[in-house]
Amino acid sequence: MRTRNPFPKKLDLTGRVELTHGTGGKVMAQLVEQLFAAAFDNRYLAQRNDQAVVEPPVGKLVMTTDGYVVSPIFFAGGNIGSLAVHGTINDIAMAGARPLYLSSAFILEEGFPLADLKRVVDAMAKAAMQAGVPIVTGDTKVVERGKGDGVFITTTGVGVIPVGVTAPSGDRAKPGDVVLVSGSMGDHGVAILSQREGLSFETTIESDSASLHTLVADMVTVCPDIHVLRDPTRGGLATTLNEIAWQSGVGFKLEERAIPVKPQVAAACELLGIDPLYVANEGKLLAIVAPHDADKVLAAMKAHPLGRDSARVGTVIEDENGFVQLETSFGGSRILDWLAGEQLPRIC
Amino acid sequence: MRFIEEFRDGSVARQVAAQIAAEASADREYKIMEFCGGHTHSLCRYGLIELLPKNVEMIHGPGCPVCVLPIGRLDQAIALARQPNVMLCAYGDMMRVPGKDRVSLMRARAQGANVKMVFGANDALKLARANPDKQVVFFAIGFETTTPPTALAVKTAQAEGLENFTVFVNHVLTPSAIEAILGSPEAQEGRIRVDGFVGPGHVSTIIGTQPYDRFARDWKKPIAVSGFEPLDLLQSILMIVRQLNDGRHEVENQYSRAVNSVGNLKAQRLTEETMELRPSFEWRGLGTLQASALKLRPEFAKWDAEARFTMPYEAVADHKACACGDILKGLKKPTDCKIFATACTPESPIGSCMVSPEGSCAAYYLYGRHRTSPTPEPERRTA
Repeated sequence: MRTRNPFPKKLDLTGRVELTHGTGGKVMAQLVEQLFAAAFDNRYLAQRNDQAVVEPPVGKLVMTTDGYVVSPIFFAGGNIGSLAVHGTINDIAMAGARPLYLSSAFILEEGFPLADLKRVVDAMAKAAMQAGVPIVTGDTKVVERGKGDGVFITTTGVGVIPVGVTAPSGDRAKPGDVVLVSGSMGDHGVAILSQREGLSFETTIESDSASLHTLVADMVTVCPDIHVLRDPTRGGLATTLNEIAWQSGVGFKLEERAIPVKPQVAAACELLGIDPLYVANEGKLLAIVAPHDADKVLAAMKAHPLGRDSARVGTVIEDENGFVQLETSFGGSRILDWLAGEQLPRIC
Repeated sequence: MRFIEEFRDGSVARQVAAQIAAEASADREYKIMEFCGGHTHSLCRYGLIELLPKNVEMIHGPGCPVCVLPIGRLDQAIALARQPNVMLCAYGDMMRVPGKDRVSLMRARAQGANVKMVFGANDALKLARANPDKQVVFFAIGFETTTPPTALAVKTAQAEGLENFTVFVNHVLTPSAIEAILGSPEAQEGRIRVDGFVGPGHVSTIIGTQPYDRFARDWKKPIAVSGFEPLDLLQSILMIVRQLNDGRHEVENQYSRAVNSVGNLKAQRLTEETMELRPSFEWRGLGTLQASALKLRPEFAKWDAEARFTMPYEAVADHKACACGDILKGLKKPTDCKIFATACTPESPIGSCMVSPEGSCAAYYLYGRHRTSPTPEPERRTA
């Protein structure tokens, strides 16, 4: 049974993060209680322990971790908090798995407005609730002003692969397989970059940041043997396919015309001199499936709200060089190579 | 995307290419230099070189500002960035170019130098306003297109009385480079032959087409100032082939939707007000050229990094195996370089032409490797 409320005064949200918010004393306890625990509210956190105790699920366990340093922290279509939930859930989902639990670790910079922190935490809580994946444990640290950039978040996720599903893996692409994508490419990166550069277009470009596990669940239901599943985040579709080509020892032949890119994203990329196929996505996946599975997987993707614009974009080919080739709309072919250098730093 | 896709129509492109093939006479060679690195990239990206008949050869020119900047100037920028209290602002393309001992701005930054990547002079101005305790230096490079924004930044700094902002000017002039190629010993000896030029359209939005008149008149070279989309380039090549067939040598304007004969007078005035010719300037590949680059006028010395800081210049030779110099002159193709795609790659570049998005080595590497790669692709094996 709980005794009287140790924090008679409410957390002052007009204030800023101070070093005492990370020192483990009462000020920190109040921050955790009234900001984090209040937002993330679930029975695991309610235990108020430094760890969460959960029942082991049936099936293969999947675990992942990811750090989020996106700048700006708030962007059209989300903020660092929602991104930290979506990104990690998606990494779990790309194993064909169902995400079960998340943890979150915050590194806060002294002076960061508490009101902004609340917006971040609320977005995180909302994303976790919508995904049905609780944030069951966490940590908060504060660094001196100038040693961080407002807020950095690391989330870890645990999930389970349903019995009967073969885990997709980057080394399982085979010549003849079909490449599918779940929608338009480059939205997230262009949303961030246009915000950073103060670019405005006739339509606002919003980040596509979203949790993809329900889409994946629908896909593995119709095809329990998806060869490869990836969310093309940093480096975009081109870089992700190069990674897979290298892992699987194959090449790719893509059809430029078939790859969905929103007109405003294409226009922004044209203006900025970048290629949308190298730009990050946070709510899209690519699937590589056996040819006889392609139609049913594509149909399942299109039937899901997050996969309405899914498309078949190319095939896996034999190629000792591991080149990702693009048949251009123009009618020639060119390579989509690995991205060299920093095209867009701190995009997630 | 309107106004772009029309110029990327593959079927029209093949018609124009067929027209070039039909009009180019089989008994002669047409050696055409596209001056600008942006054009080189379009040629490679769209596979236009393969569409052309064998006797129409594209020679890639030195129009890549990052590529032609000599190592010595880059080293000066790196040394500046290492000075206490200096924040050096550079274009992204510049970050990975290796200087002396293969140290780039990126590497210098990792070693503690204060280097910021910016999209333009205006971003550097903003950083200067936001960091009054720092000396913010803009590493200004580029041909006539990027010069006016630098000039404007200097004028703005003057108007605002911004004292912690300076510019390290490395702006160079297109006509000087063309002159240098035409007058080079290699050209005199016949080792480089350029029959005509595809002129850089973006440069001409600023300087117009007039500055090329003398090359048509005195050097008897046909010139077509060109846009950057595949159809622009093919049309420009066709214009040059026709001039050569007719024995004409004129400046033609293919890019009339953006370029006129006099250019952007306001931009020219800005440059004129703030900058003057340097007596000489070292170019990578082309050597030291008289009156080929700009510097700030003495009345703007307050905003001139070279006047405000001590910046000794040391000329540094290119890496021995690197063929950037010959490639920039049009003497060699990227694939003629021994270290192309082996020791020199975009991830670990040895020469500047492999780094810049406008460098011809980068263009060959990024878009065309599957054509030159030693292992044939399966498609080709069965063809």
